[in-house]
Amino acid sequence: MTSDTGAHHIVGYAKLAQVWLALLALTALTVLITRLELGGYKVLGALTIACLKSGLVIAFFMHMKYEGRLLRWLLFVALVTLAIFIGLTFFDVLYR
Amino acid sequence: MTTVQPTQPSFWNDTGKTGLAAWIFSTDHKRIGLLYFYSTFGFFLVGVLLGLLLRIELMAPGRTIMGPQTYNALFTVHGVVMIFLFIIPGFQGSFGNLVMPIQIGARDVAFPRLNLFSWWLYIIGAVIIITSLFTGGGPPDTGWTFYVPFSSRTGTNVSLAVFGVFVVGFSSILTGLNFITTIHRLRAEGMTWGRLPLFVWSLYATAWVQVLATPILAITLVLVMAERLLGTGLFDPGRGGDPVMYQHLFWIYSHPAVYIMILPAMGVISDVIPVFSRKPIFGYKMIAFSSIAIAAFGSLVWGHHMFTSGMSDTAILVFSFLTFIVAIPSAIKVFNWVSTLYKGSISLDAPMLFALSFILLFSIGGLSGLILGAAATDVHVHDTHFVVGHFHYVIFGGAGFAFFAAMHYWLPKFYGRRYAEKPAIVAWALMFVGFNVMYFTMQVLGMKGMPRRYYDYLPEFATLNLVATIGSWILVAGLIVMLVNLFRGLFRGEPFVGNPWGGATLEWTTATPPPTENFEEEPVVTHGPYDFRGTGIP
Repeated sequence: MTSDTGAHHIVGYAKLAQVWLALLALTALTVLITRLELGGYKVLGALTIACLKSGLVIAFFMHMKYEGRLLRWLLFVALVTLAIFIGLTFFDVLYR
Repeated sequence: MTTVQPTQPSFWNDTGKTGLAAWIFSTDHKRIGLLYFYSTFGFFLVGVLLGLLLRIELMAPGRTIMGPQTYNALFTVHGVVMIFLFIIPGFQGSFGNLVMPIQIGARDVAFPRLNLFSWWLYIIGAVIIITSLFTGGGPPDTGWTFYVPFSSRTGTNVSLAVFGVFVVGFSSILTGLNFITTIHRLRAEGMTWGRLPLFVWSLYATAWVQVLATPILAITLVLVMAERLLGTGLFDPGRGGDPVMYQHLFWIYSHPAVYIMILPAMGVISDVIPVFSRKPIFGYKMIAFSSIAIAAFGSLVWGHHMFTSGMSDTAILVFSFLTFIVAIPSAIKVFNWVSTLYKGSISLDAPMLFALSFILLFSIGGLSGLILGAAATDVHVHDTHFVVGHFHYVIFGGAGFAFFAAMHYWLPKFYGRRYAEKPAIVAWALMFVGFNVMYFTMQVLGMKGMPRRYYDYLPEFATLNLVATIGSWILVAGLIVMLVNLFRGLFRGEPFVGNPWGGATLEWTTATPPPTENFEEEPVVTHGPYDFRGTGIP
């Protein structure tokens, strides 16, 4: 995929490995918090970690960090919409 | 559709292509608009017939013409057909396609083939939905909302029906995508955002809702299918699932969907009222802004459908508050339309009569919506005929009447012939009276406690139910007069040439009917959409 500027960015192996390790660490954290007694916040925690992980994948593996502003904005709008939808349901899930 | 005979070259004949294939494989936005118009409006008539049968069943207590199972199936199919096959795709598909590209001075939409594909997806989805009525366990009986746990357990053909709705949803997403791109990229020279007709603004706001909210319905319906076919237990509390979560997911789309239905209708009204008042629209910027505000805030209020579903009190408070916020941009529109009328030179032609009744009926619907949006009062009228009355005031009295306004205002432009004015006014009067007799009575019935979706009721509701049923007959009588007059006019009526309404938007500057590429030469826009000084009509 080419960006708005036409440049094709190649991510180095070192960086890819770092992202991979970060993803593994976050996965471990997801498992860890299921063992804690957090009630409804457990879901919030799991979702936060999932967001971080998908953020890393989108930024590096899907090259969004190196894309033009338009594409990043479009993705941002979609993600914020989704976050608002999920966030509002927490007024129900957390206080039921 | 092929019997129209305008003599001058137009999109009907200037490509030399005739026959069915020239229509169902055409990428011309006007032909696709007419395809959408006839298919969605055809489904509207089917929905009307089903609604009429429902009202006949409710004419007297006990069994009148059908049993409970048939009644359950009929109100489900009435809802599915009217919502998913008529009013959601109706405005965008027919009048959006017919008028929007011309209004912005474009030759076509940004992706003409995708546009045709959207219509095909719509037709395929519709065929699947119709198939679901006659196969498997018979027509779905869940109501158009497909609520679990009933929808995951009923033996009727829910899986196929929701799959049909799923396919229709993709048609809606693609149309939204197409319109956003078209409005951003294909505006003619001089067509700034501040000169866009308000109908285009409303389509733009709607398109964003279509693109952002429809995928959530799609995934929700897939989950219902998974629940039925694979027994995933996502909504089954016995297996750790949550049935209220289904309602969240369903209404996250289906409440914004109400704005997919009503926003383009508001756009039509914003275009019709200034033309027939001979006055620029009052508060152009605020009407445009309120379309965006309604689309944005309207997407955050879905919880108000669930006040009695066991949702948390905190959520009820939040969603009730957000619901009241949506009343603000809606009221901005109503006040601006009324201010436009003030001291205008008003001519009461059929489109204007439909537009004026839109303001009244939508206001009644909107205000009764506030009774439902306030949690304390909602508890009393939830799931009664009050809700049915409210919804029909907004969507039929609002969006439906705006659709009729658009039919009288724009279809003559594309046929080059017009309807007769007097019968149109008679039809409007019959529909207006019949509508109010029917739905106002339903609201009173709801206040008295008559539940919705029951085929039988207590004897004390008998008189008002009879009144409502008689109202439905008056309404349908008006509808028949309107249809006969309008379509006889379009095919055999007086010629409609030039700019008889005196509109100042771009569609009135090109030939009637428009040529395939819409304009002889690319237009350059030098004034706003409601600047009537150059239209030659005082």
